[in-house]
Amino acid sequence: MGMTITEKILAAHSGNDVVRPGDILQADVDMALANDVTAPLAIKVFEEIGKENVFNRDKIALVPDHFVPNKDIPSARQAKMMREFAAKYGIKNYFEVGQMGVEHVILPEKGLVIPGDLVIGADSHTCTYGALGAFSTGVGSTDLGVIMATGRVWLKVPPTIKVIFEGAFNPWVCGKDLILYLLGVMGVEGANYCAIEFMGSAVKKLTIDQRMTMSNMAIECGAKNGVFEADEITLNYVKERSTRKPLVIKPDPDAKYEREIHIDVSKIQPQVAFPHSPDNVRPVSEGKDVKIDQVFIGSCTNGRLEDLRIAAGLMKGKSVAKGVRVIVIPGSQLIYKEAIREGIIDAFLDAGATIGPPTCGPCLGGHMGILAEGERCASTSNRNFIGRMGDPKSEVYLVSPAVAAASAVLGRIGLPEEI
Amino acid sequence: MTIEGKVWKFGDNIDTDVIIPARFLNVSDKKILASSAFADLRPDFSKDVRKGDILVGGSNFGCGSSREHAPLAIKEAGISVIIAKSFARIFYRNSFNIGLPILESKEAVESIEENDQVSADLVTGEIVNKTKGEKFQAKPVPDFMRGVIQAGGLVEYIKKQE
Repeated sequence: MGMTITEKILAAHSGNDVVRPGDILQADVDMALANDVTAPLAIKVFEEIGKENVFNRDKIALVPDHFVPNKDIPSARQAKMMREFAAKYGIKNYFEVGQMGVEHVILPEKGLVIPGDLVIGADSHTCTYGALGAFSTGVGSTDLGVIMATGRVWLKVPPTIKVIFEGAFNPWVCGKDLILYLLGVMGVEGANYCAIEFMGSAVKKLTIDQRMTMSNMAIECGAKNGVFEADEITLNYVKERSTRKPLVIKPDPDAKYEREIHIDVSKIQPQVAFPHSPDNVRPVSEGKDVKIDQVFIGSCTNGRLEDLRIAAGLMKGKSVAKGVRVIVIPGSQLIYKEAIREGIIDAFLDAGATIGPPTCGPCLGGHMGILAEGERCASTSNRNFIGRMGDPKSEVYLVSPAVAAASAVLGRIGLPEEI
Repeated sequence: MTIEGKVWKFGDNIDTDVIIPARFLNVSDKKILASSAFADLRPDFSKDVRKGDILVGGSNFGCGSSREHAPLAIKEAGISVIIAKSFARIFYRNSFNIGLPILESKEAVESIEENDQVSADLVTGEIVNKTKGEKFQAKPVPDFMRGVIQAGGLVEYIKKQE
């Protein structure tokens, strides 16, 4: 009996020829990641273990992105602790303010993840790198502290759910709409403990930026990881960024799946997840009565160049609706620079949007766009739980960059065709 | 090992943003984290919870962010065990890793109500609702994870192995 992509990567990293769902194994980690919220606890764990050195200073990435540039004194202390740890142990991939960006945007951008890798991060959206044909998943700080000391992680092999996307795309439908639609089909617990394999001719056409949006939100239905098969698009993306040799892994024809889900993309219109759950999705046409106070374009889900390009293309020459605040946060320093070069930033500024430095920003209610009681935000991020972006009585509507841009101009949730 | 305490009952899909909102994540001190547990959902929780109390949740407990601050805040607040219909994956492993006992039982959760007196045997997985006189059996814990619990958490487990 054959293996799925996830099973093959886990087998290769644990010295096994074959692994099966339910097996518990110790796997070697190619890259371990933490941010300014999760690293401090992981550092305490590392120190408690008492190792003289980290397992490999080149295989750890520390990215201050959640509450930096420091939003208050306690955050400044946490960032400082991480900075000092990085310096003490010579952590190569530490990205200071000025080089930093949203962790899941900059790791692929800097070529730190390639097909076939096994990446573990103390952040739930570490599953983003499945877009590159890697196995990647989120853990807590204790796991990460142990990995920094040993280079290994214990994992239970998940059963794989195969999701096959076929059919032609409707106008303005992108990776975000596909994953929101899938969340509506599966529910927030629909893939708990499982791996997802994204397959089908429709997703083969998607760029890496859009695939990352989809893998990023695999966690929102409880999945351990959400992986694509690496192809020409993947290899072209990687070869510009890394000199390491990618390992292209395909599932065996007789691989066993827990179940298969078939999605007809031609039936999908732009989607919006209503409060307070990412699986509470409806077509955007059903959200036209929802007036908004704020729009956020950014995050590890949709803060990449293609996302900004789409949104700016729609807002160019138009104005943000009266009474609406539009906050745009490029996902990395490089994206910011390229967005300036392409005139994307000009288009946003001229329309009346504001631009923030590359950080997670308001996505998790950290800073730079917190909502007050009763306020509503159309956001390109990944979660709309109660209080996620501020007051527990505020509301978050999850949308694609195109719908966010249209909504910014309309002052309510709406479609690009309407502006 | 048997634990007995008064129940705090929660619903389905209790996410880690609700357990501890992100505005409280700018510190790592367990006592401060504990004082922010369920700050918006149940502001009375951190004030009124007593050591040994039991937290009961519905399905997909602890979904969302990987923040270990969530189980840490619950443990430090005094909760002795969480019983839920099911747990989100990362929360499940985080709880084991930090030595916070958790048990899965759909039937027990359906029976237990707020303020019930409940006991749980962490070794056998037997849950008793003393208020109603009902007994339940939790889903067995994988051997590997039992080893982690017996060691007192992942750090101790790793130290032993090394």
